[in-house]
Amino acid sequence: MDSYIWGVILVGTLATFATRALPFVLLGRFAQHPLLRFLGRYLPPVMMVLLVVYATADLISSSATLGIVLMSTICVAFLQWTLKNPLISIFAGSLLYALLI
Amino acid sequence: MLVRRLLSTTLPVAFGYIPLGMAFGVLFVSQLDYAWYMATAMALFIFAGSAQFLSIGLIANQASLLSVAIAIFLLNARHIFYGLSLLSELNLKGWRRWYLIFALTDESYSLITALPQEKRADQDLHWQIMMINQSYWVLGCTLGGLFGEGVEIPTESLAFVLPGLFIVLCVEQYRAVRSAGLMLAAAGIGAVAVWLWSGQMLLVSITLALGLLLGTYRSGRWIATSGE
Repeated sequence: MDSYIWGVILVGTLATFATRALPFVLLGRFAQHPLLRFLGRYLPPVMMVLLVVYATADLISSSATLGIVLMSTICVAFLQWTLKNPLISIFAGSLLYALLI
Repeated sequence: MLVRRLLSTTLPVAFGYIPLGMAFGVLFVSQLDYAWYMATAMALFIFAGSAQFLSIGLIANQASLLSVAIAIFLLNARHIFYGLSLLSELNLKGWRRWYLIFALTDESYSLITALPQEKRADQDLHWQIMMINQSYWVLGCTLGGLFGEGVEIPTESLAFVLPGLFIVLCVEQYRAVRSAGLMLAAAGIGAVAVWLWSGQMLLVSITLALGLLLGTYRSGRWIATSGE
C-alpha cells in the first residue's frame, strides 16, 4: 500500500517534470512545427473534457444519479462562465451536490 | 524591502494556491487512507494542482502506474507549450535552471511573462518568485492535510471538488479555444469509453481522442492543400 503511493508520486513527478522539461531538452527545434502547434491548441480542451467524463462517471458508478451530477455540472459551468472565479464555482457546485445527494 | 516586493508580486498566487492547496489536502486525507505528510510530499515533488487532484481519484481506484503516467503527462501537456515560449530566455545554469523548469506552473508562467520589461530578463527574480509560489502551495496542501485529519468530514460532500475543478478548466479551455465540435466529440468518446471499458477508461479514451485529433489535423491539412 505504501509502496504504491510512493510509486504514484514518483511517476507523477516524472510525468509532470517531463512536460516542463521536454522543450528544453528535446523539442526546441520543433517549436514551430505545425503539428506541435495544433496539439498545443487542441489537446488541452480535449483532455479536460475526458477528465470531466472520467471524474463524473466515477461519481455515478459509486453513489450519485446522472441527474444530480448533471445539475451540479451545469451549476459549476454556468458560474465559471459568468463569474470566472474558480473557488466560487467549485464551492457552489460541491454544495449543490452535497445537498442533492 | 526586496522580500516585501516579492511578497506583493506573488500575493495573487498566494490567494489562489493556499485555498486550493488546502482543498487538496483535505480531500486527500478524507478520500484516501494516508497520513497528511503524503499530501506535503505530493506538493513538494509533483507540484501540479490538477495532476495532484487527479491522483486522488487514480489512487482510490488503484489505477496502474502506466495509466497514472500517461494521464498526468497528457493532463500537463500544456506545460510543454509554456516551455517552448520561454526557450530562448532561460539562461540560468546549474540546479537553479532545473528548478525553474521543474516549477513552471500555470501561475508562475503567467506571473513571469507579465513582469515589467526591465525585469523580464532578471532570472534571479524568476527563481525567487517560483520558490515563494511553491512555498504557498506546500503550505496550503500541508494545512489542508492536517486540518482534514483533525475533523470528520463526510466524503460524499467533497466528492464533487475534483469534477468541479475539471469543469472549471474545461470552461476556461472553451473560452480560449471555442472548439465546441471537438469538445463534444471528446465527450462522446469519453462516454463510450466509460460504457465499454470502464476499468481502462482513461487510457482508451485518451488513445481514441489522440487518434481523432491526428485525423483532424491530417484532414485539415489535406483540405488546406487541396483548396489551393
